[in-house]
Amino acid sequence: MSPFPLNTKWLKLSSFKPKDNRAWLGVLPVVLVIAFSAVIPLMTVVNYSVQDILDFNTRYFVGLQWYQETLNDPRFIDAFVRQLGFSATVLVLEVPLGIAVAKGLMRAGRAIPLVLILLALPLLIPWNVVGTIWQIYARPDIGLLGVAVNAMGVSYNYTAEPLHAWLTLVAMDVWHWTSLVALLAFAGLTAIPQAYYQAAELDGANKWHTLRYIELPQLRGVLIIAVLLRLMDSFMIYTEPFVLTGGGPGNTTTFLSQYLATMAVGQFDLGPAAAFSVVYFLFILLFCWLFYVSVVRVDE
Amino acid sequence: MSSRFFQQPVSLSRWVLVGYGVYLLLPLYWLLSMALRSNADIVGEFSIFPSAPTLANFAEIFSNPVWYQAFGNSLSYVMINTLLSLGVAIPAAYVFSRYRFLGDKQLFFWLLTNRMAPPAVFLLPFFQLYSAIGLFDTPLAVALAHCLFTVPLSVWILEGFFSGVPTELDEMARIDGHGFVYFFVRIFLPINRGAIGVTLFFCFMFSWVELLLARTLSGASTKPIVVVMTRTVSASGLDWGVLAAAGVLTVLPGILVVWFVRKDLVKGFALGRVS
Repeated sequence: MSPFPLNTKWLKLSSFKPKDNRAWLGVLPVVLVIAFSAVIPLMTVVNYSVQDILDFNTRYFVGLQWYQETLNDPRFIDAFVRQLGFSATVLVLEVPLGIAVAKGLMRAGRAIPLVLILLALPLLIPWNVVGTIWQIYARPDIGLLGVAVNAMGVSYNYTAEPLHAWLTLVAMDVWHWTSLVALLAFAGLTAIPQAYYQAAELDGANKWHTLRYIELPQLRGVLIIAVLLRLMDSFMIYTEPFVLTGGGPGNTTTFLSQYLATMAVGQFDLGPAAAFSVVYFLFILLFCWLFYVSVVRVDE
Repeated sequence: MSSRFFQQPVSLSRWVLVGYGVYLLLPLYWLLSMALRSNADIVGEFSIFPSAPTLANFAEIFSNPVWYQAFGNSLSYVMINTLLSLGVAIPAAYVFSRYRFLGDKQLFFWLLTNRMAPPAVFLLPFFQLYSAIGLFDTPLAVALAHCLFTVPLSVWILEGFFSGVPTELDEMARIDGHGFVYFFVRIFLPINRGAIGVTLFFCFMFSWVELLLARTLSGASTKPIVVVMTRTVSASGLDWGVLAAAGVLTVLPGILVVWFVRKDLVKGFALGRVS
Protein backbone atom coordinates (compact mmCIF):
# COMPACT_ATOMS: atom_id res chain seq x y z
CA MET A 1 0.00 0.00 0.00
CA SER A 2 1.45 3.33 -0.92
CA PRO A 3 -0.68 5.89 0.83
CA PHE A 4 0.94 9.09 -0.26
CA PRO A 5 1.80 10.60 -3.63
CA LEU A 6 5.06 9.04 -4.59
CA ASN A 7 5.48 9.64 -8.26
CA THR A 8 4.07 11.75 -11.00
CA LYS A 9 1.65 8.95 -11.89
CA TRP A 10 -0.27 10.13 -8.90
CA LEU A 11 -1.14 13.33 -10.72
CA LYS A 12 -2.73 11.40 -13.55
CA LEU A 13 -5.26 8.61 -13.57
CA SER A 14 -3.96 5.17 -14.45
CA SER A 15 -5.51 3.66 -17.59
CA PHE A 16 -5.41 -0.01 -16.59
CA LYS A 17 -8.90 -0.07 -15.19
CA PRO A 18 -12.24 -1.45 -16.36
CA LYS A 19 -14.41 1.00 -18.25
CA ASP A 20 -17.83 1.56 -16.78
CA ASN A 21 -19.87 4.70 -17.30
CA ARG A 22 -22.04 3.92 -14.28
CA ALA A 23 -19.06 5.22 -12.30
CA TRP A 24 -20.49 8.67 -13.00
CA LEU A 25 -22.98 7.96 -10.20
CA GLY A 26 -20.03 8.00 -7.80
CA VAL A 27 -18.71 11.36 -8.94
CA LEU A 28 -22.14 12.95 -9.30
CA PRO A 29 -22.24 14.40 -5.73
CA VAL A 30 -18.84 16.03 -6.23
CA VAL A 31 -19.90 17.46 -9.58
CA LEU A 32 -23.10 18.87 -8.04
CA VAL A 33 -21.30 20.49 -5.09
CA ILE A 34 -18.60 22.00 -7.28
CA ALA A 35 -21.09 23.11 -9.90
CA PHE A 36 -22.98 24.96 -7.20
CA SER A 37 -19.98 26.50 -5.50
CA ALA A 38 -17.70 27.08 -8.52
CA VAL A 39 -19.48 27.05 -11.87
CA ILE A 40 -22.35 29.38 -10.98
CA PRO A 41 -20.08 31.97 -9.29
CA LEU A 42 -17.53 31.79 -12.10
CA MET A 43 -20.23 32.38 -14.70
CA THR A 44 -21.37 35.37 -12.66
CA VAL A 45 -17.83 36.74 -12.64
CA VAL A 46 -17.41 36.33 -16.40
CA ASN A 47 -20.82 37.92 -16.94
CA TYR A 48 -19.94 40.96 -14.78
CA SER A 49 -16.56 41.37 -16.43
CA VAL A 50 -18.06 42.48 -19.73
CA GLN A 51 -20.64 44.86 -18.31
CA ASP A 52 -20.72 48.32 -16.81
CA ILE A 53 -22.96 47.95 -13.77
CA LEU A 54 -24.28 51.23 -12.43
CA ASP A 55 -26.87 49.54 -10.27
CA PHE A 56 -28.52 46.16 -10.58
CA ASN A 57 -31.11 47.36 -13.08
CA THR A 58 -28.85 49.62 -15.16
CA ARG A 59 -26.05 47.80 -16.91
CA TYR A 60 -24.36 48.14 -20.28
CA PHE A 61 -22.36 45.69 -22.32
CA VAL A 62 -18.81 47.07 -22.63
CA GLY A 63 -17.00 44.17 -24.25
CA LEU A 64 -13.35 43.85 -23.29
CA GLN A 65 -12.96 47.37 -21.92
CA TRP A 66 -12.41 46.25 -18.28
CA TYR A 67 -9.83 43.70 -19.39
CA GLN A 68 -7.88 46.37 -21.26
CA GLU A 69 -8.06 48.69 -18.28
CA THR A 70 -6.95 45.97 -15.85
CA LEU A 71 -3.96 44.93 -17.95
CA ASN A 72 -2.89 48.57 -18.38
CA ASP A 73 -3.54 49.58 -14.78
CA PRO A 74 -0.14 50.43 -13.22
CA ARG A 75 -1.43 49.46 -9.76
CA PHE A 76 -2.37 46.01 -11.09
CA ILE A 77 1.04 45.61 -12.74
CA ASP A 78 2.82 46.71 -9.53
CA ALA A 79 0.82 44.29 -7.41
CA PHE A 80 1.48 41.56 -9.96
CA VAL A 81 5.25 42.14 -9.94
CA ARG A 82 5.27 42.20 -6.12
CA GLN A 83 3.27 38.99 -6.12
CA LEU A 84 5.74 37.26 -8.48
CA GLY A 85 8.67 38.40 -6.33
CA PHE A 86 7.01 37.16 -3.16
CA SER A 87 6.00 33.76 -4.56
CA ALA A 88 9.46 33.18 -6.06
CA THR A 89 11.20 34.16 -2.80
CA VAL A 90 9.17 31.89 -0.57
CA LEU A 91 9.42 28.94 -2.99
CA VAL A 92 13.21 29.29 -3.20
CA LEU A 93 13.45 29.34 0.60
CA GLU A 94 10.78 26.83 1.59
CA VAL A 95 11.51 23.94 -0.77
CA PRO A 96 15.22 23.38 0.12
CA LEU A 97 14.56 24.11 3.80
CA GLY A 98 11.63 21.68 3.80
CA ILE A 99 13.83 18.93 2.29
CA ALA A 100 16.55 19.61 4.87
CA VAL A 101 14.03 19.48 7.72
CA ALA A 102 12.61 16.20 6.35
CA LYS A 103 16.12 14.72 6.18
CA GLY A 104 16.75 15.75 9.77
CA LEU A 105 13.41 14.24 10.72
CA MET A 106 14.44 10.88 9.19
CA ARG A 107 17.19 10.72 11.82
CA ALA A 108 15.01 11.86 14.73
CA GLY A 109 14.24 8.27 15.79
CA ARG A 110 11.76 8.01 18.65
CA ALA A 111 11.05 11.73 18.53
CA ILE A 112 9.52 11.46 15.03
CA PRO A 113 5.80 11.41 16.07
CA LEU A 114 6.31 14.36 18.39
CA VAL A 115 8.20 16.39 15.78
CA LEU A 116 5.55 15.56 13.15
CA ILE A 117 2.86 17.00 15.41
CA LEU A 118 4.97 20.09 16.07
CA LEU A 119 5.54 20.55 12.34
CA ALA A 120 1.83 20.20 11.59
CA LEU A 121 0.98 22.91 14.12
CA PRO A 122 1.56 26.09 12.05
CA LEU A 123 -0.59 24.60 9.28
CA LEU A 124 -3.56 24.45 11.67
CA ILE A 125 -3.44 27.97 13.04
CA PRO A 126 -5.98 30.35 11.49
CA TRP A 127 -4.26 32.57 8.94
CA ASN A 128 -5.16 35.79 10.68
CA VAL A 129 -3.87 34.38 13.96
CA VAL A 130 -0.60 33.68 12.13
CA GLY A 131 -0.60 37.37 11.25
CA THR A 132 -1.39 38.29 14.86
CA ILE A 133 1.34 36.00 16.23
CA TRP A 134 3.93 37.64 14.00
CA GLN A 135 2.61 41.10 14.79
CA ILE A 136 3.05 40.44 18.51
CA TYR A 137 6.41 38.74 17.86
CA ALA A 138 7.94 41.34 15.53
CA ARG A 139 6.71 44.66 16.92
CA PRO A 140 9.69 46.77 17.91
CA ASP A 141 8.05 47.81 21.20
CA ILE A 142 6.57 44.60 22.64
CA GLY A 143 7.79 41.78 20.34
CA LEU A 144 10.53 39.33 21.24
CA LEU A 145 11.98 39.44 17.72
CA GLY A 146 11.58 43.19 17.29
CA VAL A 147 13.17 44.01 20.64
CA ALA A 148 15.97 41.45 20.12
CA VAL A 149 16.89 42.77 16.66
CA ASN A 150 16.88 46.36 17.89
CA ALA A 151 18.95 45.36 20.92
CA MET A 152 21.58 43.98 18.53
CA GLY A 153 21.96 47.49 17.18
CA VAL A 154 19.98 47.02 13.96
CA SER A 155 17.21 49.55 13.69
CA TYR A 156 14.18 47.47 12.78
CA ASN A 157 10.57 48.55 12.35
CA TYR A 158 8.41 46.59 9.94
CA THR A 159 5.53 49.05 10.08
CA ALA A 160 7.62 51.92 8.71
CA GLU A 161 10.32 50.36 6.51
CA PRO A 162 9.21 48.58 3.29
CA LEU A 163 12.27 46.30 3.30
CA HIS A 164 11.65 45.28 6.91
CA ALA A 165 7.99 44.63 6.11
CA TRP A 166 9.05 42.36 3.24
CA LEU A 167 11.57 40.45 5.32
CA THR A 168 9.02 39.98 8.09
CA LEU A 169 6.39 38.71 5.63
CA VAL A 170 8.86 36.26 4.09
CA ALA A 171 9.98 35.06 7.55
CA MET A 172 6.33 34.60 8.49
CA ASP A 173 5.53 32.63 5.33
CA VAL A 174 8.57 30.38 5.88
CA TRP A 175 7.39 29.82 9.45
CA HIS A 176 3.86 29.10 8.27
CA TRP A 177 4.37 26.85 5.24
CA THR A 178 7.79 25.13 5.28
CA SER A 179 6.13 22.38 7.34
CA LEU A 180 3.96 21.42 4.37
CA VAL A 181 7.02 20.86 2.16
CA ALA A 182 8.80 19.06 5.01
CA LEU A 183 5.88 16.69 5.67
CA LEU A 184 5.50 15.83 1.98
CA ALA A 185 9.26 15.34 1.56
CA PHE A 186 9.33 13.17 4.69
CA ALA A 187 6.57 10.97 3.25
CA GLY A 188 8.62 10.67 0.05
CA LEU A 189 11.87 9.90 1.87
CA THR A 190 10.36 7.09 3.95
CA ALA A 191 9.21 5.41 0.73
CA ILE A 192 12.73 5.06 -0.72
CA PRO A 193 13.77 1.39 -0.39
CA GLN A 194 16.85 0.76 1.76
CA ALA A 195 18.35 -1.23 -1.14
CA TYR A 196 18.90 2.05 -3.02
CA TYR A 197 21.05 3.39 -0.20
CA GLN A 198 22.99 0.13 0.05
CA ALA A 199 23.66 0.16 -3.69
CA ALA A 200 24.84 3.76 -3.46
CA GLU A 201 27.15 2.85 -0.60
CA LEU A 202 28.64 -0.03 -2.61
CA ASP A 203 29.27 2.40 -5.46
CA GLY A 204 31.13 4.62 -3.02
CA ALA A 205 28.66 7.50 -3.20
CA ASN A 206 29.08 10.20 -0.58
CA LYS A 207 26.14 11.89 1.13
CA TRP A 208 26.00 14.61 -1.48
CA HIS A 209 25.84 12.06 -4.31
CA THR A 210 23.13 10.15 -2.46
CA LEU A 211 21.08 13.32 -2.13
CA ARG A 212 21.65 14.37 -5.73
CA TYR A 213 21.28 11.03 -7.54
CA ILE A 214 18.97 9.00 -5.30
CA GLU A 215 16.91 11.10 -2.94
CA LEU A 216 16.04 14.10 -5.12
CA PRO A 217 14.98 11.95 -8.14
CA GLN A 218 12.90 9.73 -5.84
CA LEU A 219 11.32 12.80 -4.25
CA ARG A 220 10.44 14.26 -7.63
CA GLY A 221 6.74 13.36 -7.37
CA VAL A 222 6.14 14.79 -3.91
CA LEU A 223 8.23 17.85 -4.67
CA ILE A 224 6.15 18.59 -7.77
CA ILE A 225 3.07 18.51 -5.58
CA ALA A 226 4.73 20.64 -2.91
CA VAL A 227 5.81 23.27 -5.45
CA LEU A 228 2.37 23.30 -7.09
CA LEU A 229 0.60 23.75 -3.74
CA ARG A 230 2.99 26.46 -2.57
CA LEU A 231 2.82 28.23 -5.94
CA MET A 232 -0.98 28.34 -5.92
CA ASP A 233 -1.32 29.27 -2.27
CA SER A 234 1.39 31.93 -2.17
CA PHE A 235 -0.21 33.48 -5.23
CA MET A 236 -3.52 33.76 -3.35
CA ILE A 237 -2.05 35.07 -0.09
CA TYR A 238 -4.36 37.58 1.55
CA THR A 239 -4.96 37.21 5.26
CA GLU A 240 -1.45 37.17 6.75
CA PRO A 241 -0.18 40.40 5.09
CA PHE A 242 -3.60 41.96 5.67
CA VAL A 243 -3.21 41.46 9.43
CA LEU A 244 0.54 42.00 9.72
CA THR A 245 1.17 45.00 7.49
CA GLY A 246 -2.24 45.89 6.04
CA GLY A 247 -0.49 46.07 2.65
CA GLY A 248 1.80 48.84 3.84
CA PRO A 249 3.87 50.81 4.41
CA GLY A 250 2.25 52.56 1.46
CA ASN A 251 1.38 49.83 -1.03
CA THR A 252 4.67 48.02 -0.74
CA THR A 253 3.20 44.75 0.52
CA THR A 254 -0.17 44.88 -1.25
CA PHE A 255 -0.53 41.62 -3.17
CA LEU A 256 -3.08 40.69 -5.81
CA SER A 257 -5.78 39.29 -3.51
CA GLN A 258 -5.74 42.30 -1.26
CA TYR A 259 -5.97 44.67 -4.19
CA LEU A 260 -8.88 42.65 -5.58
CA ALA A 261 -10.70 42.49 -2.23
CA THR A 262 -10.45 46.29 -1.87
CA MET A 263 -11.80 46.74 -5.37
CA ALA A 264 -14.67 44.25 -5.06
CA VAL A 265 -15.88 44.68 -1.48
CA GLY A 266 -14.43 48.05 -0.55
CA GLN A 267 -15.27 50.07 -3.63
CA PHE A 268 -17.88 47.73 -5.14
CA ASP A 269 -16.49 48.18 -8.68
CA LEU A 270 -18.24 45.10 -10.02
CA GLY A 271 -17.13 45.16 -13.66
CA PRO A 272 -13.42 45.96 -13.22
CA ALA A 273 -13.15 43.65 -10.18
CA ALA A 274 -14.66 40.81 -12.22
CA ALA A 275 -12.25 41.36 -15.12
CA PHE A 276 -9.39 41.46 -12.60
CA SER A 277 -10.66 38.14 -11.14
CA VAL A 278 -10.73 36.42 -14.53
CA VAL A 279 -7.21 37.62 -15.40
CA TYR A 280 -5.93 36.62 -11.94
CA PHE A 281 -7.42 33.12 -12.14
CA LEU A 282 -6.12 32.60 -15.69
CA PHE A 283 -2.59 33.59 -14.61
CA ILE A 284 -2.59 31.00 -11.81
CA LEU A 285 -3.88 28.35 -14.22
CA LEU A 286 -1.20 29.36 -16.73
CA PHE A 287 1.65 29.14 -14.18
CA CYS A 288 0.50 25.77 -12.87
CA TRP A 289 0.05 24.45 -16.39
CA LEU A 290 3.46 25.70 -17.51
CA PHE A 291 5.14 24.18 -14.48
CA TYR A 292 3.27 20.92 -14.87
CA VAL A 293 3.96 20.62 -18.58
CA SER A 294 7.63 21.54 -18.30
CA VAL A 295 8.25 19.08 -15.46
CA VAL A 296 5.89 16.19 -16.09
CA ARG A 297 6.23 15.97 -19.88
CA VAL A 298 9.94 15.29 -19.49
CA ASP A 299 9.05 11.92 -17.99
CA GLU A 300 7.06 10.75 -20.99
CA MET B 1 36.09 22.99 2.45
CA SER B 2 32.92 22.66 0.48
CA SER B 3 33.32 18.91 -0.13
CA ARG B 4 33.85 18.42 3.58
CA PHE B 5 30.71 20.46 4.16
CA PHE B 6 28.71 18.10 1.99
CA GLN B 7 30.17 14.97 3.54
CA GLN B 8 28.57 15.87 6.84
CA PRO B 9 24.91 16.35 5.97
CA VAL B 10 23.78 13.96 8.71
CA SER B 11 24.72 16.34 11.46
CA LEU B 12 23.93 19.31 9.21
CA SER B 13 20.36 18.17 8.65
CA ARG B 14 19.99 17.46 12.35
CA TRP B 15 21.10 21.03 13.10
CA VAL B 16 18.63 22.30 10.52
CA LEU B 17 15.86 20.38 12.27
CA VAL B 18 16.81 21.71 15.71
CA GLY B 19 17.21 25.25 14.37
CA TYR B 20 13.91 25.10 12.55
CA GLY B 21 12.23 23.71 15.66
CA VAL B 22 13.41 26.72 17.65
CA TYR B 23 12.32 29.06 14.86
CA LEU B 24 8.91 27.37 14.95
CA LEU B 25 8.49 27.50 18.71
CA LEU B 26 9.69 31.02 19.54
CA PRO B 27 6.69 32.93 18.12
CA LEU B 28 4.36 30.39 19.74
CA TYR B 29 6.10 30.83 23.08
CA TRP B 30 5.75 34.59 22.73
CA LEU B 31 2.02 34.30 22.01
CA LEU B 32 1.50 32.17 25.13
CA SER B 33 3.70 34.45 27.19
CA MET B 34 1.70 37.52 26.10
CA ALA B 35 -1.58 35.74 26.84
CA LEU B 36 -0.47 35.32 30.47
CA ARG B 37 0.31 39.01 31.04
CA SER B 38 -1.82 41.98 31.92
CA ASN B 39 -1.79 44.91 29.49
CA ALA B 40 0.17 47.06 31.94
CA ASP B 41 2.80 44.33 32.05
CA ILE B 42 2.92 44.10 28.23
CA VAL B 43 3.43 47.79 27.51
CA GLY B 44 5.59 48.22 30.60
CA GLU B 45 9.19 47.11 30.94
CA PHE B 46 10.24 44.43 28.44
CA SER B 47 10.85 41.00 29.93
CA ILE B 48 11.21 37.59 28.35
CA PHE B 49 9.19 35.78 31.00
CA PRO B 50 5.89 37.13 32.36
CA SER B 51 6.73 38.74 35.72
CA ALA B 52 3.25 38.25 37.18
CA PRO B 53 1.44 35.51 35.20
CA THR B 54 -2.33 35.95 35.15
CA LEU B 55 -5.29 34.12 33.63
CA ALA B 56 -7.39 37.32 33.50
CA ASN B 57 -7.25 37.44 29.67
CA PHE B 58 -8.71 33.94 29.40
CA ALA B 59 -11.35 34.78 32.02
CA GLU B 60 -12.34 37.81 29.92
CA ILE B 61 -12.88 35.56 26.88
CA PHE B 62 -14.85 32.89 28.71
CA SER B 63 -17.11 35.44 30.37
CA ASN B 64 -17.87 37.34 27.18
CA PRO B 65 -20.53 35.64 24.96
CA VAL B 66 -19.21 37.36 21.82
CA TRP B 67 -16.01 35.33 22.14
CA TYR B 68 -17.34 31.92 23.02
CA GLN B 69 -20.23 32.11 20.55
CA ALA B 70 -17.70 32.93 17.87
CA PHE B 71 -15.79 29.75 18.71
CA GLY B 72 -19.02 27.77 18.37
CA ASN B 73 -19.84 29.42 15.04
CA SER B 74 -16.45 28.54 13.62
CA LEU B 75 -16.56 24.96 14.82
CA SER B 76 -20.04 24.44 13.35
CA TYR B 77 -19.11 25.41 9.79
CA VAL B 78 -15.81 23.53 10.01
CA MET B 79 -17.67 20.38 11.03
CA ILE B 80 -20.34 20.74 8.33
CA ASN B 81 -17.64 21.34 5.75
CA THR B 82 -15.52 18.37 6.80
CA LEU B 83 -18.46 15.95 6.81
CA LEU B 84 -19.77 17.25 3.49
CA SER B 85 -16.34 17.11 1.82
CA LEU B 86 -15.61 13.58 3.00
CA GLY B 87 -19.16 12.47 2.16
CA VAL B 88 -18.95 13.50 -1.49
CA ALA B 89 -15.21 12.91 -1.99
CA ILE B 90 -15.03 9.30 -0.78
CA PRO B 91 -17.35 7.79 -3.46
CA ALA B 92 -15.79 9.98 -6.15
CA ALA B 93 -12.23 9.04 -5.18
CA TYR B 94 -13.27 5.37 -5.15
CA VAL B 95 -14.68 5.39 -8.69
CA PHE B 96 -11.72 7.45 -9.95
CA SER B 97 -9.37 4.84 -8.51
CA ARG B 98 -11.32 1.81 -9.81
CA TYR B 99 -12.95 2.67 -13.15
CA ARG B 100 -12.44 4.45 -16.43
CA PHE B 101 -15.45 6.40 -17.62
CA LEU B 102 -16.41 9.00 -20.16
CA GLY B 103 -14.55 12.24 -19.38
CA ASP B 104 -12.79 10.95 -16.26
CA LYS B 105 -9.43 12.60 -16.95
CA GLN B 106 -11.01 15.92 -17.91
CA LEU B 107 -13.21 15.85 -14.81
CA PHE B 108 -10.23 15.09 -12.55
CA PHE B 109 -8.23 17.96 -14.00
CA TRP B 110 -11.19 20.32 -13.83
CA LEU B 111 -11.57 19.52 -10.12
CA LEU B 112 -7.92 20.45 -9.60
CA THR B 113 -8.33 23.81 -11.32
CA ASN B 114 -10.89 24.77 -8.65
CA ARG B 115 -8.21 24.33 -6.03
CA MET B 116 -6.20 26.98 -7.89
CA ALA B 117 -8.87 29.70 -7.81
CA PRO B 118 -8.06 32.55 -5.40
CA PRO B 119 -10.84 32.96 -2.80
CA ALA B 120 -10.84 36.70 -3.44
CA VAL B 121 -12.21 35.99 -6.94
CA PHE B 122 -15.33 34.44 -5.45
CA LEU B 123 -16.16 37.14 -2.89
CA LEU B 124 -18.80 39.00 -4.87
CA PRO B 125 -20.57 36.09 -6.60
CA PHE B 126 -20.69 34.10 -3.37
CA PHE B 127 -22.15 37.01 -1.48
CA GLN B 128 -24.86 37.46 -4.11
CA LEU B 129 -25.55 33.75 -4.63
CA TYR B 130 -25.96 32.98 -0.93
CA SER B 131 -28.00 36.12 -0.31
CA ALA B 132 -30.30 35.19 -3.19
CA ILE B 133 -31.07 31.72 -1.83
CA GLY B 134 -31.34 32.88 1.78
CA LEU B 135 -28.23 31.11 3.07
CA PHE B 136 -26.26 34.25 3.86
CA ASP B 137 -25.26 34.42 7.53
CA THR B 138 -25.66 30.67 8.11
CA PRO B 139 -22.86 28.18 8.86
CA LEU B 140 -23.97 26.22 5.77
CA ALA B 141 -23.02 29.10 3.47
CA VAL B 142 -19.44 29.21 4.74
CA ALA B 143 -19.22 25.40 4.73
CA LEU B 144 -20.41 25.24 1.10
CA ALA B 145 -18.07 28.03 0.04
CA HIS B 146 -15.12 26.22 1.61
CA CYS B 147 -16.13 23.05 -0.27
CA LEU B 148 -14.82 24.75 -3.38
CA PHE B 149 -11.31 24.14 -2.00
CA THR B 150 -11.69 21.17 0.33
CA VAL B 151 -13.62 18.89 -2.07
CA PRO B 152 -11.05 18.91 -4.92
CA LEU B 153 -8.22 18.47 -2.42
CA SER B 154 -10.04 15.58 -0.70
CA VAL B 155 -10.70 13.81 -4.00
CA TRP B 156 -7.08 14.36 -4.98
CA ILE B 157 -5.65 12.94 -1.73
CA LEU B 158 -8.10 10.06 -1.39
CA GLU B 159 -7.68 8.96 -5.01
CA GLY B 160 -3.95 8.65 -4.39
CA PHE B 161 -4.49 6.50 -1.31
CA PHE B 162 -7.31 4.37 -2.80
CA SER B 163 -5.28 3.60 -5.93
CA GLY B 164 -2.66 2.06 -3.66
CA VAL B 165 -5.19 -0.51 -2.38
CA PRO B 166 -5.01 -3.57 -4.69
CA THR B 167 -8.22 -4.31 -6.61
CA GLU B 168 -7.85 -7.96 -5.54
CA LEU B 169 -9.36 -6.82 -2.25
CA ASP B 170 -12.59 -5.82 -4.01
CA GLU B 171 -12.69 -9.15 -5.86
CA MET B 172 -12.01 -11.23 -2.77
CA ALA B 173 -14.88 -9.58 -0.95
CA ARG B 174 -17.13 -10.38 -3.90
CA ILE B 175 -16.00 -14.04 -3.94
CA ASP B 176 -16.69 -14.23 -0.20
CA GLY B 177 -20.27 -13.25 -1.02
CA HIS B 178 -20.24 -9.77 0.52
CA GLY B 179 -22.42 -7.12 -1.09
CA PHE B 180 -20.82 -3.89 -2.28
CA VAL B 181 -22.15 -1.80 0.60
CA TYR B 182 -20.85 -4.30 3.17
CA PHE B 183 -17.47 -4.41 1.43
CA PHE B 184 -17.21 -0.65 1.18
CA VAL B 185 -18.30 0.24 4.72
CA ARG B 186 -16.88 -2.72 6.67
CA ILE B 187 -13.72 -3.55 4.71
CA PHE B 188 -12.61 -0.78 2.38
CA LEU B 189 -13.13 2.27 4.60
CA PRO B 190 -11.54 0.75 7.74
CA ILE B 191 -8.47 -0.21 5.69
CA ASN B 192 -8.22 3.41 4.56
CA ARG B 193 -8.60 4.94 8.01
CA GLY B 194 -5.21 6.57 7.64
CA ALA B 195 -6.18 8.11 4.32
CA ILE B 196 -9.41 9.45 5.76
CA GLY B 197 -7.55 10.83 8.77
CA VAL B 198 -5.13 12.70 6.55
CA THR B 199 -7.98 14.04 4.40
CA LEU B 200 -9.85 15.15 7.52
CA PHE B 201 -6.71 16.97 8.59
CA PHE B 202 -6.52 18.84 5.29
CA CYS B 203 -10.24 19.77 5.28
CA PHE B 204 -10.03 21.01 8.83
CA MET B 205 -6.82 22.80 8.02
CA PHE B 206 -8.46 24.83 5.27
CA SER B 207 -11.87 25.50 6.79
CA TRP B 208 -10.67 26.41 10.28
CA VAL B 209 -7.93 28.75 9.12
CA GLU B 210 -9.66 30.63 6.29
CA LEU B 211 -10.71 34.25 6.89
CA LEU B 212 -11.71 35.98 3.67
CA LEU B 213 -14.74 33.87 2.66
CA ALA B 214 -15.81 33.28 6.26
CA ARG B 215 -15.82 37.02 6.86
CA THR B 216 -17.77 37.81 3.70
CA LEU B 217 -20.47 35.17 4.20
CA SER B 218 -21.19 35.62 7.89
CA GLY B 219 -23.30 38.42 9.28
CA ALA B 220 -24.02 39.42 12.86
CA SER B 221 -25.40 36.09 14.06
CA THR B 222 -22.71 33.68 12.82
CA LYS B 223 -19.57 35.74 13.23
CA PRO B 224 -16.66 33.27 13.35
CA ILE B 225 -13.75 33.56 15.76
CA VAL B 226 -11.33 34.64 13.06
CA VAL B 227 -13.53 37.65 12.34
CA VAL B 228 -14.14 38.58 15.97
CA MET B 229 -10.39 38.67 16.44
CA THR B 230 -9.84 41.20 13.66
CA ARG B 231 -12.68 43.38 14.97
CA THR B 232 -11.41 43.51 18.53
CA VAL B 233 -8.12 44.97 17.49
CA SER B 234 -9.75 48.08 16.14
CA ALA B 235 -12.67 48.32 18.59
CA SER B 236 -11.28 48.41 22.12
CA GLY B 237 -7.93 49.96 21.37
CA LEU B 238 -5.17 47.38 21.33
CA ASP B 239 -5.87 44.80 23.98
CA TRP B 240 -2.80 42.67 23.27
CA GLY B 241 -3.33 40.32 26.18
CA VAL B 242 -6.88 39.31 25.20
CA LEU B 243 -5.87 39.09 21.55
CA ALA B 244 -3.00 36.75 22.43
CA ALA B 245 -5.25 34.66 24.68
CA ALA B 246 -7.80 34.30 21.85
CA GLY B 247 -4.92 33.33 19.58
CA VAL B 248 -3.85 30.61 22.01
CA LEU B 249 -7.43 29.31 22.11
CA THR B 250 -7.63 29.13 18.28
CA VAL B 251 -4.45 27.02 18.25
CA LEU B 252 -6.00 24.45 20.62
CA PRO B 253 -8.52 22.83 18.18
CA GLY B 254 -5.63 22.29 15.77
CA ILE B 255 -3.64 20.51 18.47
CA LEU B 256 -6.72 18.42 19.33
CA VAL B 257 -7.26 17.39 15.69
CA VAL B 258 -3.61 16.42 15.24
CA TRP B 259 -3.77 14.51 18.51
CA PHE B 260 -6.87 12.52 17.52
CA VAL B 261 -5.56 11.56 14.09
CA ARG B 262 -1.93 11.40 15.21
CA LYS B 263 -1.50 7.69 14.53
CA ASP B 264 -3.16 7.86 11.13
CA LEU B 265 -1.45 11.12 10.35
CA VAL B 266 2.00 9.85 11.22
CA LYS B 267 1.22 6.67 9.30
CA GLY B 268 -0.22 8.64 6.42
CA PHE B 269 2.77 10.94 6.10
CA ALA B 270 5.31 8.29 6.99
CA LEU B 271 3.79 5.46 4.93
CA GLY B 272 3.28 3.11 7.86
CA ARG B 273 6.96 2.93 8.79
CA VAL B 274 6.42 4.59 12.15
CA SER B 275 4.03 2.85 14.48
